[in-house]
Amino acid sequence: MSIRNSAAEMAEALAKKEISAVELANQHYAQIEAVDKDVHAFLHLDKAGALAQAESIDKKRAAGEKLSPLAGVPLALKDVLVQKGVPTTCGSKMLEGWRPPYDATVVAKLKDAGIVILGKTNMDEFAMGSSTENSAYGPTHNPWDLTRIPGGSGGGSAAALAAFEAPLAIGTDTGGSIRQPAAVTATVGVKPTYGGVSRYGLVAFSSSLDQAGPCARTVLDTAMLHQSIAGFDPKDSTSINHAVPDVVAAAKKKDVKGLKIGIVKQLSGAGYQKGVENKFNDAVAELVKLGAEIVEVSCPNFEYALAAYYLIAPSECSSNLARFDSMRFGIRIGDDGSKGAEEVMNLTRQVGFGREVKRRIILGTYALSSGYYDAYYGSAQKVRTLIKRDFDAAFEKCDVLVSPTAPTTAFKIGEKSEDPLAMYLNDIATIPVNLAGVGGMSLPCGLADEDNLPVGFQIMSPAMKDDRMYLVGGALEAALLSKWGKPILDFAPRLAGSK
Amino acid sequence: MSAISREEVANLARLARIEMSDAELDHLSGEMQVILGAVARVQEVASADVPPTSHPIPVNNVVREDVVIPSLSPTDALSGAPASSEQRFKVPQILGEA
Amino acid sequence: MSLNYDQAIEKYEPTLGLEVHVELNTKSKMFCGCATEFGAEPNTQTCPVCLGLPGALPVVNKTAIESSILIGLALNCSIAPFSRFARKNYFYPDMPKNFQTSQYDEPICINGFLDVEIESDEGNKVFRIEIERVHMEEDTGKSLHVGGSTGRIHGAEYSLLDYNRAGIPLVEIVTKIVPNTGKYAPQVARAYVAALRDILRGLKVSDVKMEQGSLRCDVNLSLAPSGSGELGTRSETKNVNSLRSVETAVSGEIVRQANRLQSGEKIVQETRHFLEESGETRPGRSKEKAEDYRYFPEPDLVPVVPDNKWIDELRKTLPEKPADRRKRLQSEWSVPEKEMTAMVNAELLDTVEETVKLGADPTKARSWWLGEISRIANERDVVATELISVTAVAQIINLINQGELTDKLARQVVDGVIAGEGTPAEVISKRGLKVVSDDGALMKAIEDAIAAQPDTAERVRGGNIPAAGALIGAVMKATGGQADAAKVRELLLKHLGQ
Ligand SMILES: [Zn+2]
Repeated sequence: MSIRNSAAEMAEALAKKEISAVELANQHYAQIEAVDKDVHAFLHLDKAGALAQAESIDKKRAAGEKLSPLAGVPLALKDVLVQKGVPTTCGSKMLEGWRPPYDATVVAKLKDAGIVILGKTNMDEFAMGSSTENSAYGPTHNPWDLTRIPGGSGGGSAAALAAFEAPLAIGTDTGGSIRQPAAVTATVGVKPTYGGVSRYGLVAFSSSLDQAGPCARTVLDTAMLHQSIAGFDPKDSTSINHAVPDVVAAAKKKDVKGLKIGIVKQLSGAGYQKGVENKFNDAVAELVKLGAEIVEVSCPNFEYALAAYYLIAPSECSSNLARFDSMRFGIRIGDDGSKGAEEVMNLTRQVGFGREVKRRIILGTYALSSGYYDAYYGSAQKVRTLIKRDFDAAFEKCDVLVSPTAPTTAFKIGEKSEDPLAMYLNDIATIPVNLAGVGGMSLPCGLADEDNLPVGFQIMSPAMKDDRMYLVGGALEAALLSKWGKPILDFAPRLAGSK
Repeated sequence: MSAISREEVANLARLARIEMSDAELDHLSGEMQVILGAVARVQEVASADVPPTSHPIPVNNVVREDVVIPSLSPTDALSGAPASSEQRFKVPQILGEA
Repeated sequence: MSLNYDQAIEKYEPTLGLEVHVELNTKSKMFCGCATEFGAEPNTQTCPVCLGLPGALPVVNKTAIESSILIGLALNCSIAPFSRFARKNYFYPDMPKNFQTSQYDEPICINGFLDVEIESDEGNKVFRIEIERVHMEEDTGKSLHVGGSTGRIHGAEYSLLDYNRAGIPLVEIVTKIVPNTGKYAPQVARAYVAALRDILRGLKVSDVKMEQGSLRCDVNLSLAPSGSGELGTRSETKNVNSLRSVETAVSGEIVRQANRLQSGEKIVQETRHFLEESGETRPGRSKEKAEDYRYFPEPDLVPVVPDNKWIDELRKTLPEKPADRRKRLQSEWSVPEKEMTAMVNAELLDTVEETVKLGADPTKARSWWLGEISRIANERDVVATELISVTAVAQIINLINQGELTDKLARQVVDGVIAGEGTPAEVISKRGLKVVSDDGALMKAIEDAIAAQPDTAERVRGGNIPAAGALIGAVMKATGGQADAAKVRELLLKHLGQ
């Protein structure tokens, strides 16, 4: 058993008592100790809590108790989900030192499943960004090339997987924050159907777009984690009261014969790196070999998705982030006894929020203000309707849609940080999924010829048909693995000190 | 596309309760100009006959029964407070009324 | 020369608008399961949701929706087939999320009315108050200002926040403008709030205790020159928290605005605060720029779409309308209009009805509650029902009817019960207040009286019935007033062959 095994393999070894949960957690902590000074995937390690949990799983197993499939397997948790008593910062200075008094539903479900939470992972502040450079605690580095970004906002979770610091991770995806980091680190990430996984305890960026989801190194591991965290939650009014599709069975099926796969015309061409398009096309060819039928579909309104997203998300965030005012939690700046509450709020928010967060709050405040609402927020909500219609029409013709996950491979840290618009373009292929609330998966489909960096393949499913992503993803992954002869992460350069 | 002035940005910062230096205001007005130019594209297709979508997956009437569930202990409730006193959140003087 | 009320109303025509906030009496809060008890220790009824902690999400209280629909139905409103919550964005420390979750352009009930009656110079007059909307929202926390010289907001050194009240469901009932009330504007405003309060109490959806803030009223008022048909600039007076204050606030604003207009000043559209002590209003702190609330649909909540079945089920549970009930009780009890009004004004209609339900005679129930008991209550500045229970009063009245107590004795029983000596039965036995109804004992006293006044007895025997009064008086005296005079009369006359 090694930290390079899949979560499913680790679960099997734990079940057979070939390794204990405590040993497995310690192996991962050793790897974190060795590589995280370079990768910086974690913001906080909860070693005491994790080992106590691992020990209790081992005891239960020894006592012959029935455990859930992933019991004892370690996981890295994006720092945007609250965990009782464990620091939760959302990558922001604003929440430095805050320990939430409650667990997110996802966290409660992980604990119930016996999954061992190693620590909290780095992210763009309040999940706003595509590179994890917007973290107040310094950037995360891509294990494929430490000078490059690991994607964002969930760069910490993706990098932890790629650096073998954890076999499982939780991300959240508002415009691509699970899928784009998965793409640029050659890992797997899924944004479930909106409402499929509870948002209770997920610190909101954009409430109507946010969705927590599973991340791992294989499609099956991702499916197993998906099954553990999904399901109706009465604490989340937007949670879907509907049976979770059997994603694990779908991931294992590996049969796409006769399946209709739609290629979205608008998600290619200008702006897409050549190597990305090539690897995407190669993967489509593999699906054809497996018996899938390829259909080209047109989604003309996808062209407006980015614009709609950069109105809706900032608008909702301007309201969601209002509660960070230094009155009840978080840092407080300037309270020297001479200033009123309003002034202290102003100063705290000046210091506590980073540049990108402020930019979006101001943009959202503008888009919602009287006189501009109809032109901006209102129009964006209409575009959302049009994008949903495009998806509906496309899904009438095919079972899933596919595209490259991101237009380019990982760029250099600092390369786009001064140009917000260029940065926003990273999400051009992932955003339509969030606007329509449908499912989206990214899995690795190879390394781009020009830079030898990972390329992500996106699979989109209709709402509540998340199993289809796993069906196609599982089959494609198996075909590519046999083509490459070894897992894609084995092509990555070995990190200094890595176990 | 109307231009956004520095004063407008200052007013937005006031509404959003964010103190901003002159340099920050200058920088942000410039960026806002560019970003607004790009996002204004939504107006090209947002015609009157298209209904807005607020929730991606439409559901209605999600309610809970009127049942009391245990609250946080006051210690937990106040655990994150920058300051507290007399089992209350202690905040700088509140000037003016809502 | 400043104008008084009569002069003001001669020159200017007032236009009213009333916004009433009602705290619903649900067990749990609007969007979380925290309890809603009044007066709990600070911050003991809070959770991540009502503290606005990062990550927390709201879920709507079903009873709050149903109460709102009931209010709408009782106010003759249409129930919206589709309604939503929105976020009203502004910063204030007692509002945990720095936005209030409230209904904005899609309220749950619209377009209703409420008829209210006032006493005018030409007799009773009915005004129809049109209701614009009934919508749901949440209450804020409470702040306590510490330090400084005045203890008021200005000059406080710091503030302490208690979020127990944050998230308690509120319903806001907004009238359309109420024109043409003329000089009766203050009475109409008061009668509206009183009628609304009766309806809410009848629906059992709120405690409607103005003194505890569970019913709060904002008064909008504008003046225009009489006969001009114009609409003036309005002021909004907040937190008017008693029926009397509603009346005072309206008349005071009429005088204040009239005097401003008279001296050529403009009325500023502003929020004013009602000062309970002086009955005056003072301006709120003016803001340099108007607040922009940036309303948008609350993405964390889904639409409320009540179907006809749900609405019909609620409609079936509607109680009788207060006005209808008053008419019915008046005829059932054969009470004159004036006394009915007295009961309503004294807020004792429910109490009298309950007393009657326990078998008491309606006339006696009314006279005891409005007479002796109210007198004592007024003396002690308490509410009548806090002095003595409905059950005790009903028992006492029933004993009077059975001849077990005289009115005089009953007053002593009431005193005893109020003094905490126990139930009426206990007071009667402890104080030995039983009417002497033992025929043997009475007969002894009667015979003694006849023996003492043989001439009088002879006159009665001879048919001079009124002469019996002297003998009855002697018997009553001998029994210390504990005898039932009617009974004494009956026995005496029988004994003397009459
Ligand atoms: Zn609560």
